[in-house]
Amino acid sequence: MSATRRDFLKGTAMLGAGLATARLATPALAQAKPKVVIIGGGPGGLIVLRELVNAGANAFDITLVEAQRQYTTCFYSNLYLGGFQRIETLTFDYGIVAKLPGVTVAHDLAATVDRQRREVVLQGGARLPYDRLVMAPGIDLDYGSVPGWSAAAEERMPHAWKGGAQTRLLKSQIEAVPDGGLIVMIAPPAPYRCPPGPYERASMMAWALKTAGKSKARIVILDPKERFSKQGLFQAGWEKYYPGVIEWLPQSIHGGVQSVDPATMTVVTGFETYAGAALVNVIPRQTAGRIAREAGLTNGDNYCPIDAFTMASRMDPAVFVVGDACIPGDMPKSAFSAASQARAAASVIRAELTGGAKPALEFANTCWSLIAADDSVKIGGAYAPSEAKITERSAFLSKPDESAEVRRDTYAESAAWYGELTAAMFL
Amino acid sequence: MALAPARISMPAEAKKGEIVEIKALVRHVMETGYRTDNRGQPIPRDIIKSFTVTYAGEEVFGMELNPGVSANPYVIFTTVATETGELVFTWTDQKGAATVERKLLAVVG
Repeated sequence: MSATRRDFLKGTAMLGAGLATARLATPALAQAKPKVVIIGGGPGGLIVLRELVNAGANAFDITLVEAQRQYTTCFYSNLYLGGFQRIETLTFDYGIVAKLPGVTVAHDLAATVDRQRREVVLQGGARLPYDRLVMAPGIDLDYGSVPGWSAAAEERMPHAWKGGAQTRLLKSQIEAVPDGGLIVMIAPPAPYRCPPGPYERASMMAWALKTAGKSKARIVILDPKERFSKQGLFQAGWEKYYPGVIEWLPQSIHGGVQSVDPATMTVVTGFETYAGAALVNVIPRQTAGRIAREAGLTNGDNYCPIDAFTMASRMDPAVFVVGDACIPGDMPKSAFSAASQARAAASVIRAELTGGAKPALEFANTCWSLIAADDSVKIGGAYAPSEAKITERSAFLSKPDESAEVRRDTYAESAAWYGELTAAMFL
Repeated sequence: MALAPARISMPAEAKKGEIVEIKALVRHVMETGYRTDNRGQPIPRDIIKSFTVTYAGEEVFGMELNPGVSANPYVIFTTVATETGELVFTWTDQKGAATVERKLLAVVG
């Protein structure tokens, strides 16, 4: 912390101490609109953008930095794998965002962040000055975390942990699994995007196999963890709908993934070797997106510590980190969490830049998982800031003995949430 | 079955006279009987007492387990490939209930 303060003072010393403080509180030029740069056009970045636009009267000069022209939601993409969604309905165009008042979309990569000068430098060379920076780059995959796997190998052994081409590739590979074929899923170590995601995915794979009549195909999940989110609900669902199909093995049983060989579709664990798998889905260790790490906003865990009372980076009060890249305390990394953090961050940014009172933040999350048609379960909670972190205040979890009606309602609730969130992002 | 009670890792075939490594793991809590729950009540002992392996009808490995053995007992041993035959792995708990796994070893050459 002291090093950070020193760096901050060094960077602003030439302005004089009084002016330095003033500069943090309000934009440099009072007559100009405050400049907000948002890196990353997922739920975190786009909900900040939406909230600032909704603040009205073209109050901010907002630039979204997003390399892609289209966004395929990673959330809900398991349902595409199961055949419950079309990829087209999960894909949205940034063209609509660019038409919002006061918003510019830069379809480029953020190359570096100059935090001393408060500028984002794009790969194309443009420099974007900011009064507040919103860092929402999501996750990067640690390709080195699974020996034998690589960025090149993701064509053979897809991760599909970012929405888009990888999701389509995994879907086509599931469709190509022969009856009697073996699917191996390598689950990630915590913390990672979407804690119940691997297990919902296994459910959707099993559903796809079942509806295709491939009753002899099997799914093995090699997990570095000893337990997982909604475990009891998932395992009861697997027993009910897919008996004998999904085998979940914790680290203590498989002894760890030693290596994979994409050429022979082999996975070697400490205990045994799975050779000639029909499909290997590698979901590797994850970190905050590259730009957040290179901007010096991460700690030793490779994610960004934040002040839970503001969502501002603990490394730099002019930078706000929302979504999967931040350390969300008791919240999981989810699209719901990202949007919740984004609303909180936007309210703080608005207060800081337009002179309003500091808002008291609160957060919420729900993660839904579909186990089979019309059988959805959920976990979630309400959260509030504390000195150390975002802290859980209350929690809920689907019951194991719920009626089919409740599970169907839960599914309908998830669909309504998806519609609302994507509308807030893209309409 | 979401959880397999036992897992065996060994080659499907071996040359006559070859030393074959066999890994066997059974999923079991191995509750010692010395612990108490969060209300201070003793947690009853629940352990596997013995593990034996026969190969073509003949015992090639055997051990006794006691409360000091950790959960999910994992055993690696070797045997000499003599003839094509079935290996039968038997874990017996303190109540006499057995978990049995079978694997065929084909001996060539």
